[in-house]
Amino acid sequence: MIGIIRSLGRWGLGVFERLGRGHLFLVQMLAGIPGLFLRFSLVIQQLFSVGVLSVLIIAVSGLFVGMVLSLQGYYVLVDFGAEESLGVMVSLSLVRELGPVVSALLFAGRAGSALTAEIGLMKSTEQLSGMEMMAVDPMRRIIAPRFLAGLISMPLLAAMFSAVGIIGAFLVGHGLLGVDDGAFWSQMQVKTDWYDDILNGVIKSIVFGFVVTWIALYEGYDSVPTSEGVGRATTRTVVHSAFAILGLDFVLTALMFGEN
Amino acid sequence: MPLIKIRDLHFYRGDRAIFDGVNIDIQRGKVTAIMGPSGTGKTTLLRLIGGQLHPDKGTIEVDGKNVHKMSHRELYELRKRMGMLFQSGALLTDLTVFENVAFPLREHTELPETMIRDLVLMKLQAVGLRCARDLMPSELSGGMARRVALARAVTLDPMMIMYDEPFTGQDPISMGTLVNLIHRMNEAMGLTSIVVSHDVAEATEIADYVYLLSAGKVIDKGSPVELKRSSSQWVQQFMQGLPDGPVPFHFPGVDFKEDLLTPEVQA
Repeated sequence: MIGIIRSLGRWGLGVFERLGRGHLFLVQMLAGIPGLFLRFSLVIQQLFSVGVLSVLIIAVSGLFVGMVLSLQGYYVLVDFGAEESLGVMVSLSLVRELGPVVSALLFAGRAGSALTAEIGLMKSTEQLSGMEMMAVDPMRRIIAPRFLAGLISMPLLAAMFSAVGIIGAFLVGHGLLGVDDGAFWSQMQVKTDWYDDILNGVIKSIVFGFVVTWIALYEGYDSVPTSEGVGRATTRTVVHSAFAILGLDFVLTALMFGEN
Repeated sequence: MPLIKIRDLHFYRGDRAIFDGVNIDIQRGKVTAIMGPSGTGKTTLLRLIGGQLHPDKGTIEVDGKNVHKMSHRELYELRKRMGMLFQSGALLTDLTVFENVAFPLREHTELPETMIRDLVLMKLQAVGLRCARDLMPSELSGGMARRVALARAVTLDPMMIMYDEPFTGQDPISMGTLVNLIHRMNEAMGLTSIVVSHDVAEATEIADYVYLLSAGKVIDKGSPVELKRSSSQWVQQFMQGLPDGPVPFHFPGVDFKEDLLTPEVQA
């Protein structure tokens, strides 16, 4: 019995210790950001590997999600003779929810895992240590540019996901199912609110970008410097990011749309 | 006055004492070898000197200043004057050989590109890899990677350089090249060198002074000649690489005969 309590206590302490380290890491990371404006080329390099290289998976997924959404939506709406509202349904689903959430999940799988593996390998091959000994702070030189790149990329990728999704939905809705294109676009324009829908979606994606990049970088930086340790850290990045995205999505949705 | 003064150093990992009251002086302009069996904390010692780890007790002074009482900024200023050669080389894998050597210059100076090029080529020429400047680290052999790392470590013309197991895993030619390079660099640049190693022959060849560490203590110290004449059995075992002696060949446990005669009873 004592053994169980002891191991429970050890586990709890471990969790809080990691949380504490994670937050200290965040503070150090944020402190490194102002200096980046003097060397923005570092961020631009990372914008390419974190953001641009994620475009393909985001665009393709967005297209298919939009197409499926259109098919599924049409079969429900047509029963009520409301198939002309397909555009609204698709745009609100994508802009409010699916855009930020699915693109963040994909971002965690594509860019988050790559960041963790990269930082973890840099740690295990002593590159981070080597930098410290060359008087170059890895938090400023390596971590902060990647964080800022993740933070900038995520809302743009989410917007791209939603836009491509809407195009996919239109192709299926209008091209395949014969929904009137004028009704599709005009209802979408009327019912999608700039502040309530689009801005809230953007805020969500910024929050997800912040959290996913933070988790990915911290897991890499805190990983056990062995091949197994880096592998575990990469898995943790994807799992923890998914939990954080879905949990935060509920909280943010409740805060943003709770009054309606 | 020694460049590095370590006094009463205690360092623990969990309950295990890595250093248990160690005193070491590293003299300016000399090559000092820190030797001992694997797992005696030789690399840990370098990390303590570089301020990457903090001692549990005791002080480490570099150039008269306590490394662990410095601010973050002061420590980073000090590190600009310290070079370190990691066992793995620790080259940045996404940069070419040239860019790796240029890295400290680009980070810490505002020098024009032509001057950076000249400086990098000079350092690469010194280690014999000027014409390998466009290779990526993954295309280098272990010995070449260490030579590039050596060129990078001296790019900012430091006052001292720490070598972490520079000879481990090298073929005889690479080993000879590295021994020669460390010796020459030390003389030509007036460096203070600390060589952490368990390769007795190579380390004693270039060292002016040797510290032998084991079980968290300094077991012996002196010039290589003095240590080879030491009356201590432990020192003789280590220096001559004898398989058995004060450091037993067998992992401690029950007597072999007794072990054979006792049937193992396990459920």
